[in-house]
Amino acid sequence: MKKLISKFAAVSMAGLIAVASAAPAIAASGYPLNKPREVDWSFAGPFGKWDYGQLQRGFKVYQEVCAACHSMDLIAFRNLTEIGFSEAEAKAIAAEYEVEDGPNADGEMFDRPAVLTDRIPGPYANDAEGAALNNGALPPDFSLLAKARAPERGFPTFVFDVFTLYAENGPDYIYSLLTGYKDVEEAPAELGLDEDAHYNPYFIAGPALAMAQPMDDDAVEYDDGTPATLDQMSKDVSAFMMWAAEPTLVERKSLGFRVLVFLVLFAGLLYLTKKQVFTALKKD
Amino acid sequence: MSGGHSEYVPSNGFTKWLDSRLPLPRLVYDSFIAYPVPRNLNGWYTFGAILMVMLIVQIITGVVLAMHYAASTGLAFNSVEHIMRDVNYGWLMRRIHANGASMFFVAVFIHIFRGMYYGSYKAPREVLWILGVLILLLMMATAFMGYVLPWGQMSFWGATVITGFFSAIPLVGEGVQQWLLGGFAVDNATLNRFFSLHYLLPFMILGVVILHVWALHVTGQTNPTGVEVKNMKKETVPFTPFATIKDALAIVLFMIVFAWFVFYLPDFLGHPDNYIPADPLKTPAHIVPEWYFLPFYAILRAVTFNISVPFTDIVLIDSKLGGVIAMFASIAILLFLPWLDTSKVRSGAYRPMFKFFFWLFVVTCVALGYLGSRPAEGIYTVMSQIFTAYYFAHFIVVLPMLGRIEKPKQVPPSIADAVLSDEGKMGRAGAAQPAE
Repeated sequence: MKKLISKFAAVSMAGLIAVASAAPAIAASGYPLNKPREVDWSFAGPFGKWDYGQLQRGFKVYQEVCAACHSMDLIAFRNLTEIGFSEAEAKAIAAEYEVEDGPNADGEMFDRPAVLTDRIPGPYANDAEGAALNNGALPPDFSLLAKARAPERGFPTFVFDVFTLYAENGPDYIYSLLTGYKDVEEAPAELGLDEDAHYNPYFIAGPALAMAQPMDDDAVEYDDGTPATLDQMSKDVSAFMMWAAEPTLVERKSLGFRVLVFLVLFAGLLYLTKKQVFTALKKD
Repeated sequence: MSGGHSEYVPSNGFTKWLDSRLPLPRLVYDSFIAYPVPRNLNGWYTFGAILMVMLIVQIITGVVLAMHYAASTGLAFNSVEHIMRDVNYGWLMRRIHANGASMFFVAVFIHIFRGMYYGSYKAPREVLWILGVLILLLMMATAFMGYVLPWGQMSFWGATVITGFFSAIPLVGEGVQQWLLGGFAVDNATLNRFFSLHYLLPFMILGVVILHVWALHVTGQTNPTGVEVKNMKKETVPFTPFATIKDALAIVLFMIVFAWFVFYLPDFLGHPDNYIPADPLKTPAHIVPEWYFLPFYAILRAVTFNISVPFTDIVLIDSKLGGVIAMFASIAILLFLPWLDTSKVRSGAYRPMFKFFFWLFVVTCVALGYLGSRPAEGIYTVMSQIFTAYYFAHFIVVLPMLGRIEKPKQVPPSIADAVLSDEGKMGRAGAAQPAE
């Protein structure tokens, strides 16, 4: 029997290795060409916390660079108080925007300054306008993008992720994409890219994006004096997008730790009780 | 095992009064306190209780979510995000519910494999087993419809693919599909009826679970030896405290794994595309179902050929219908398991050859799951076909044959002989599970 089992184990291992080694051959033909570069995020891991300074810088990058083309429909100005802005600051930010309201008593629509309960207005009147202004493809909304773009980790990495708690492939991806634009001449010839293609080996859906590199060094001026390098701005806006995609992330992790501590202690007590109960059984 | 008369004695005036009118306390007492369980059950036998808890968790979180969810194509996606962002602890309810579905399937797969290993489906427990298969089917339908509700890209396209199966049925297929969808494509009518059914089916599951537990309490539980209880006094222990405390421990240990995913890896088992609102005009690059459907999805896609009358061009079953038949057959065949396994010995612990083929079957299911997640091309299709063929061969060829050619080990004459002579031996013989 032992022999049979070891033989079986050998056969099944061989099978698994065959499957696993077949996988990269296929993955090589897929995208992204390069795996995302991993950033050391403050919100990673079981005790992850937001870096409010970073989120506020990221919001600035969004406002001054990304918001020209990308909406953020799910975020209201009141949410900005969750990233360290005071209520007065959030109100002041809101007041810089105009939103359409109405109809008023005369049946007229009118514009007014935004208030905390308004959502951040997008750059387009509607999706069709957004598409028309961008060669037929609407730039994706940013609210959930950090969770909607997550390149596959592949076997066996995804198994290790269960234990290392790696769950940042969304922001890693966005960061890599923003810093990953390359001159099209560097692209392998077999990709067959046009001269004016926006080659980016980190892009999830092809060798090149419709979007040109959106920013370069010093695209914004940070209020806190942080040097606005492309790398820094890309990190900041990726972190901000992660927050936007899941504002409850930190609350989730801190509650999770307390729940797990309770469950482990409870399991320990139950184990001891069970042992006690079954000792009585062994005696007879 | 239940044959014994009830030993319930009402303890006070009220229970005495109630017992003679509606013996509810007696039912609870007989089912969960005095109910005799074999003394040699190992940890794998706790998954029934875990599943019961999971069903209740899903129903409670689901009812709360339904209070905030809007089943309309224009509102569904954002109403889920409203739950995630603005409802108090809405994110927690939704994370528990979504990951709970996965954990439910983890537990049910282990529960089923345990039943297969210890031959729990054999006479007189065929009805118990069949009810279990029905629960699995209902669970699959419920989970599928639940996944449609957030109305993301995978929700929409998954629903489109799965309901498309029905169009493969000859003659009436198109009509059946339109009847299911409430239109010509997945749309608001589909979302509304899926929401309605997703709310209904869990209560049907609960009903079948009650029958399942009833059938269990009529025949009594199996145990790792596969030998029926012969001496109630020596070989069984009362459910409370023995099974109660062991199940409680198992439930809490399971909750630790559950919480790990809910709090630290809530999106690990989902698909990123479902954070993109459904768009009927944009097909995702790869449409993949949730992980627990992947083995069945691999079987569906393994049939890439038409079945024709030999030497003619007359197609009897085209590849699409063939795949659908294979997929449904992969579950339906479980219904016949009690009669396909011809061995006289119940427990796999005493069946050396069966043990090997059981683990081969487990590997087959895992491999099919992996293949279901890969694109249906090249080596993946070939491997899917091999493993699909083996999946069915396990039931149709291996199990009927084994009963005839296998020489089982000596089965202990009774549980008492197996356990009391050598405490802990069963645990080792059972599986890689420490003796409980």
